[in-house]
Amino acid sequence: MNTDASLVTRSHEENWLPILELAVEEVFEIMVGCRVKVAGQSEHKPNEEFTAMVGLAGALCGILTVCCDAQTAGEVAKSMLGDTADSQEQVADALGEICNMIAGNFKNKLAGTDGRCMLSVPTVISGGEYSFHSLAEGTSVETVLLFEGAPIAVRLQLES
Amino acid sequence: MDKITALVVDDSSVMRKIVERSLRQAGIELEKVVEASNGAEGLVALQGNKVDLILCDINMPVMDGLEFVRQAAAMESAKGIPIVMITTEGSESHVVQALTAGARGYIRKPFTPDQVKEHVLPVLGKKQ
Repeated sequence: MNTDASLVTRSHEENWLPILELAVEEVFEIMVGCRVKVAGQSEHKPNEEFTAMVGLAGALCGILTVCCDAQTAGEVAKSMLGDTADSQEQVADALGEICNMIAGNFKNKLAGTDGRCMLSVPTVISGGEYSFHSLAEGTSVETVLLFEGAPIAVRLQLES
Repeated sequence: MDKITALVVDDSSVMRKIVERSLRQAGIELEKVVEASNGAEGLVALQGNKVDLILCDINMPVMDGLEFVRQAAAMESAKGIPIVMITTEGSESHVVQALTAGARGYIRKPFTPDQVKEHVLPVLGKKQ
């Protein structure tokens, strides 16, 4: 039996969404010191000025992205570091690390990935003038959460 | 508690600062914090500094944390320095690999200052 493939095919978006949301909530509560609330996707779309990405390979294969506007990214970094977070580089670093921890926390909550799912180091894009095309055409899970009233989108796209 | 020098190896400068803050919140007095952004830089830092504690991520470019631990464990100058991993990798196999390579503690991200205290004080031979 190919367990790598079956992990994805037997899982469904409706089962993964609460796990992803829990993973996001825990990361923000513990590392940012702020509770985030799940928002309706259609009502709250962030202006995607910062996009952090972490790749997954192995039992889960795809990409996790965290998107928000520049002001929100700055506020996240300040909440993590205090007022010392003043450069764009630090803001990008903070958002990348948030994305990394969400990806890790999410996969650690899934049964059956033990040691068979690897994460890439994070990449962060600043600026919104780009198109995102993922080759991982399969399961897609997306949630929008409010951080101090501002939307942050978290998307997980996996190969089927 | 005597002041110590800690080496923090993580590719995120934000995470290095959070780890330093967590050590201070755990009541550990720091003489100095040496930072490295990957395992290779960590090995160089070990040659040029007298270090009492190492905190190390796993997923890093250039040289990952597991390879760093293996190579640090083989260095005469690094013998006996406790290494605690701080990483998003939470699987049992990663924990086993890290401990087998020579790490003495393992903290999963996201982490609280209390977890840092719980895992770091024992390897420094201090009571919580």
